[in-house]
Amino acid sequence: MLLIQSRSRHHIRSSEITEPRLYLDRRRFLGAATGLLAAASLPAALLYPEVGRAARRLPPFTRSQRYTTDEALTDYEDITHYNNFYEFSTDKEEVAERARHFRTEPWSVVIDGEVEKPGRYHLEDLLRPHALEERIYRLRCVEAWSMVIPWVGFPLADLIKRFRPTSRAKYVEFTTLYDPEQMPGQRRNILDWPYVEGLRMDEAMHPLTILAVGLYGRVLPNQNGAPLRLVVPWKYGFKNIKSIVRIRFVEHQPVTTWMKASPREYGFYANVNPEVDHPRWSQARERRIGEFFKRKTLMFNGYGEEVAHLYAGMDLRRFF
Amino acid sequence: MSIFNMRAFKPLVFLLCLLPFILLLVDLINDDLGANPVEKISHRTGDWTLRLLLLTLSMTPLRQLTGWKAPLRIRRMLGLFTFFYATLHFLTYLVFDQFFDWQEIYRDILKRPYITLGFSAYVLLVPLAATSTNGMIKRLGRRWRQLHQMVYVVATLGVLHYLWLVKKDLREPLVYAVLWLLLLLWRVWYKRSAAPVPAGGSQKE
Repeated sequence: MLLIQSRSRHHIRSSEITEPRLYLDRRRFLGAATGLLAAASLPAALLYPEVGRAARRLPPFTRSQRYTTDEALTDYEDITHYNNFYEFSTDKEEVAERARHFRTEPWSVVIDGEVEKPGRYHLEDLLRPHALEERIYRLRCVEAWSMVIPWVGFPLADLIKRFRPTSRAKYVEFTTLYDPEQMPGQRRNILDWPYVEGLRMDEAMHPLTILAVGLYGRVLPNQNGAPLRLVVPWKYGFKNIKSIVRIRFVEHQPVTTWMKASPREYGFYANVNPEVDHPRWSQARERRIGEFFKRKTLMFNGYGEEVAHLYAGMDLRRFF
Repeated sequence: MSIFNMRAFKPLVFLLCLLPFILLLVDLINDDLGANPVEKISHRTGDWTLRLLLLTLSMTPLRQLTGWKAPLRIRRMLGLFTFFYATLHFLTYLVFDQFFDWQEIYRDILKRPYITLGFSAYVLLVPLAATSTNGMIKRLGRRWRQLHQMVYVVATLGVLHYLWLVKKDLREPLVYAVLWLLLLLWRVWYKRSAAPVPAGGSQKE
């Protein structure tokens, strides 16, 4: 934690900000010259040879110098075979198999609500203007386990700016695909489908908040929320909505799926907070996947320096 | 039950009861317990505690339904295996979840209903296991039966413990709850309809 903070405080040199851009431009040039895939295949294969060839290639991306960590990455195998994705199964180890034939192409996302440029956009069109970046974030599940995951994505803020929300847009609401044919979990009413999540506008615009399209240098596997998912690293995992088909700008705070399911247990904010327990279990500690013993949970999952100001003056026990 | 050789029957049941533990060890050694091995150990030992507990409680109805004597001969063993898996389940919590942090454990037991229930169930199992010997049965006489009625309380707590900890999908804990209910209903019905056979009679072998 301290390492991360000190990095963000002391280690940002202008060179580290501009350099990746140059690198990206070079890649783009190469891509145009030799074919995008040939150029793109290099980084991931070199970075993570253990992921193997089965996983699909991503367009070129840079590695964030700022949003990274010295902590050991959670194994690819664990990240992709221990998933809370009730649309496929409530058994975390069953999701990968059940999601194997999930079709993510073609995919479109509806952007609507309080926004100047509403519409239905093909995923490729939605992603095209954005430079992809790898960021290593901690993920803390509300069930008291955690992982360290190298995501590939881009800031949600960049996407939001493109569509120009109106002044009435105070919150962003996200919706997961509803397709019981493909998502067997949706055939039972365990949750009120489709899955809905939301962020306050300032949370959505925060530089830490990203939309992810990949992990471990490869295209996001189905069980991890392909083709497009939210990653908000200072909040519990369930805020990180998967397989997004709709992004809506609204004036009032959305009612999220878990709030509906159990308002006493799951709040809108769901910030990682070791001092505010889940009504049924403690949030003071967590088991890092790959470790046997539990470790202390950090306030805002260790991102307090960046995000604590968003909640200044708020009673975090009330707004859990 | 004459088709069974009773001498082979009991060791066979013993091995069957031990099998989940052996498989757990094999998986542990082969690193085959998935991303969260501690959680899996906890779930598997918990599952087997409940399964064996309900199996133990099915022995009397089975005897009443079939007239076989065999169920009562293995009832104690099933009960002790229940205690064995409950102990493993509790130790997993003690060592891997809390690492002997007694203060935290104390707080957990007071604050978290599912832990309160699970812990109470385990505490109540201890005297049952401790008084399971022939000597104890003799020494306690009628009180032994009264004491061992507590197994119903333990089963109730155990079933609630599971129901209370699940996040959303209640199917599995509900299966246990239904079995528990059936076993209780059977007893009520049997007591009312038939002249009760002293079930404790064959406790001594």
